[in-house]
Amino acid sequence: MSDTTAGEVLTTKDGQPLKVALAKALRREKLRSLALIAPLLIFVLLTFVAPIVDMLFRSVENSIVEETLPRTVVALREWDADSGQVPDEAVYAALYADLAVAVEEKTHTRLGSRLNYEEGGMSSLFRKTGRRIKRMDEAGPFKEQFLEADRKWGELATWNVLRQFSPRFTDGYFLSAFDAQRTADGIEMKPDNERIYMLLFGRTLFLSIVITVSCLVLGYPIAFLLASLPLRSSNLLMILVLLPFWTSLLVRTSAWKVLLQQQGVINDFLVWIGLISDANRLVMINNQTGTIIAMTHILLPFMILPLYSVMKTISPTYVRAAKSLGANDWTAFWRVYFPQSVPGIGAGAVLVFILSIGYYITPELVGGTSGIFISNRIAYHISSSLNWGLAAALGTLLLVAVMVLFTVYDKIVGIDNVKLG
Amino acid sequence: MANTRGAAVKYDGVQKSYDGEALVVKNLNLDIPPGEFLTMLGPSGSGKTTCLMMLAGFEPATHGEIFLNDRPINNVPPHKRGIGMVFQNYALFPHMTVAENLAFPLQVRGVGKADQQQKVQRALEMVELGAFGNRRPAQLSGGQQQRVAVARALVFDPELVLMDEPLGALDKQLREQMQYEIKHIHENLGVTVVYVTHDQTEALTMSDRVAVFNDGVIQQLSTPDDLYEDPQNSFVAQFIGENNKLNGKVIGVQGDGCLVELDDGTQLKADRVNVSAIGDRTTLSLRPERVEFDTNTSMDNLVNGRIEELIYLGDHIRVRMNVAGNDEFIVKVRNRGEKRKLNVGETVQVGWAQNDCKALDAVA
Repeated sequence: MSDTTAGEVLTTKDGQPLKVALAKALRREKLRSLALIAPLLIFVLLTFVAPIVDMLFRSVENSIVEETLPRTVVALREWDADSGQVPDEAVYAALYADLAVAVEEKTHTRLGSRLNYEEGGMSSLFRKTGRRIKRMDEAGPFKEQFLEADRKWGELATWNVLRQFSPRFTDGYFLSAFDAQRTADGIEMKPDNERIYMLLFGRTLFLSIVITVSCLVLGYPIAFLLASLPLRSSNLLMILVLLPFWTSLLVRTSAWKVLLQQQGVINDFLVWIGLISDANRLVMINNQTGTIIAMTHILLPFMILPLYSVMKTISPTYVRAAKSLGANDWTAFWRVYFPQSVPGIGAGAVLVFILSIGYYITPELVGGTSGIFISNRIAYHISSSLNWGLAAALGTLLLVAVMVLFTVYDKIVGIDNVKLG
Repeated sequence: MANTRGAAVKYDGVQKSYDGEALVVKNLNLDIPPGEFLTMLGPSGSGKTTCLMMLAGFEPATHGEIFLNDRPINNVPPHKRGIGMVFQNYALFPHMTVAENLAFPLQVRGVGKADQQQKVQRALEMVELGAFGNRRPAQLSGGQQQRVAVARALVFDPELVLMDEPLGALDKQLREQMQYEIKHIHENLGVTVVYVTHDQTEALTMSDRVAVFNDGVIQQLSTPDDLYEDPQNSFVAQFIGENNKLNGKVIGVQGDGCLVELDDGTQLKADRVNVSAIGDRTTLSLRPERVEFDTNTSMDNLVNGRIEELIYLGDHIRVRMNVAGNDEFIVKVRNRGEKRKLNVGETVQVGWAQNDCKALDAVA
C-alpha cells in the first residue's frame, strides 16, 4: 500500500479498517492461548493472589467492634473524650442492648480478645461482664450496674479504647508493627523495653545480607569450578551441590544441631585438638551464628546454580585473549571474567536474599532467641496469639520492604542485568 | 620487507600429546624468519591449532622447545610472551567499549593515559574504524568486530601476531575483503604473522609461505605457487586446489620423468616426484585447467575420453569426463565464446604436458 497518504486509515480489500481486521484475526489465537493458561491462572488467583489480598486487607480491617457493639459505637460518637468524664447513661444503655445480643451469640469473648491486643485486661472484662449481663435489671439505670460488674467500666481508658477502635478500618496493627502506639497525645513510640518488631526487621535484614554475602563468597569458587572443569568431574560436583536438595530441610537443619551444639561434633573436635578448653566450648547454636551457618548452607545452591549457568556461557577464550594481551591471571579474572559474571551474582544474590528474608523453619530451629527472624514472629501471631491483624501488618511491611529493596536494586544494578543463564 | 620489525620463531623437535597415547603433533621443526606471513593450513584435527596454541603459551609442549627471537619460551607464561593474538570468534570483551578493548593491553602494560588514547586512535584508524571507539562490540557487524580484533592484537606493537581462523565466521565476500586488508596491514607493519586456517584459498592469497599439516606432520612447507605447481605428495595435491587422480604403476624411469601404466592399460608420461623404482604404485595428479581439448601430436600425453557432464560456470565450463576408467576426470575449459561445441556422450581426445602431471605416492 505504497500509495497511502499520511493520515489515511489503511483498510483491507473489503473496506474494513486494517487494525480491526488484524485484531479479529488475532483474537482467536489469543483466546486459545488464554484458554491454555487458564487453569494455572485460576489456580494462582485462588491460591496465591486471593490469600495475599485477604491478608493485606486483614492488616487494616477492624469491623468486629462495630459488628458486635453497633449501638454503642453510634452512641459513643456523641461522647467528648477530652471532657475527662466517662460517657453518660445513654451509652451504657446501648452497651447493655449490644452485649445482651452478643452474649446470646457468644461473640463478646471474641471482641474481648481483639481489644485485649490494644489494652490488657479487656478480655477478662468482657468475659466477666458477659456472665453478669443476664442478671442486670433491664429497666436500668445501666451505668451503676456496669460499674458494679466491673470497675473498669468507670475508667476513661476502657472507653477510649472502645472509641478508638470503633471505626471499620484501623491503623492500629501497623502502629504496633512499627512499635508505635496511639495515646491521648497522638502517635508515639512504645517504651524501649516493649519495642520488638523494628529490632526484628533490622535483624532480619542484617542477617539476610550476611547470609547472602557468605553464600556469594562460598558459592563463587564452586560455580567457577563447575563451569570450568571437564564435564565428567563437573557432573559429580554438580550432584554434590544438588545433594542438599534431595535431603529434607528438617534433616539438614537437625544435622547442624548435632554438629554445632556445645557437646556437638565440632566442639568435641576443637577440644580434642586442644584449640579450646573444655570449659570454653563455643556457643554456635541457638543464636545468630547458628542461623547464619545453617541458612548459608541451605541457600548455597540458590547462589551456585544461577552463577554456574551464567559462568557456563562465558567462553574461556575471553580469559585467554586477556592473557595474550598481557594480563596476568588476576587481572584477566578481575577485568575480564568477573564483570561478565556479575549478572549471575545479581540473580543469585536476589534469590538468596529474598528467600532468606522470609525464611522461617531454620531460624526457628537453630536461631534461639537472638537468631530468629521477623517471619518467626509472624508465625507466632498466626498460630499462637491468633492476632492475625498484626501478623498481616507485619507481613505487609515485609512485602513492602522486599519490594523497596528490589526497586533500589533495579536502580543500582538494573534488573535486566540479572540473568539465570 | 623493508620495514621489518618482526620476531623470529623456531620450533625445534616439538611434540604434543593430550592423553599420553597419541601424538597430535609429531616432531615439528619449523623456522619462521622475521616479518614472514606463514600460514598453517590443514584439515581439522591435523595439529595446526595445537601448534599455534603452543606458540601462544596456552598449551605446553610435551617435548621439544619453541624459540622466540632465539629465546626459549616453553616456561614463559602467555602474558609475558608479548604475542598478539586474533581468536576465531574475536573474543572481544563484551562489557567494554571498542576503545576500552583496545586500551586493555596498554593498561596492563602501564602505558600512560595520553599515550593510550593516541595509540588506540591510531590502531582504530588503521582498520578504518576511527569513529567507532565508543561502541560496544555487540553493536558492530561481524566484519567490524573482526577489524577491532585485529587492531587489538596489534595495538601494543607486538613483533609476532597469531591468527586462529579469524575469518571463519564471515561471509564469503567479506572474507575476501578482509584477506586483502590483513595482508596489507602485514605488509605495512612488517610484523611476523602466523596464521591458521583450513581454507586453502585464504592460505594461498595471504601467505609468504604455507605449511600444510596433516596427521600432526608438516606435509609440505613452500610458497603458495610451489604448493600448487609442485605438490610433494598426494595429500598436498588433493588439499590444495582441484586435482584429477589417476592410479597406476611405474613401468619406466627416465631421469626426472617416468612412464606410468594406468589400471586400464593406458600409458602416460609424468614427472617423477615421490616414486623411485619401476613397479611402484603411484597416483598421478593433474590440474583440471592444464588439460587441453586442442590436441596436437607433439603433446606428451594424448587420451580419449567420453564427456559425461557439462557444467556452465560463466567464465569457464567444467567438463566431467570418463578418462581411463575414471569418470570423475574434470577438465576446465576457458569460456572464449568461439569454442567448438562440446556435447555430452561425445568421445573426444584430450592431451597434456608431462610436467603438468605429477607421479605421487599412491592413494586408494
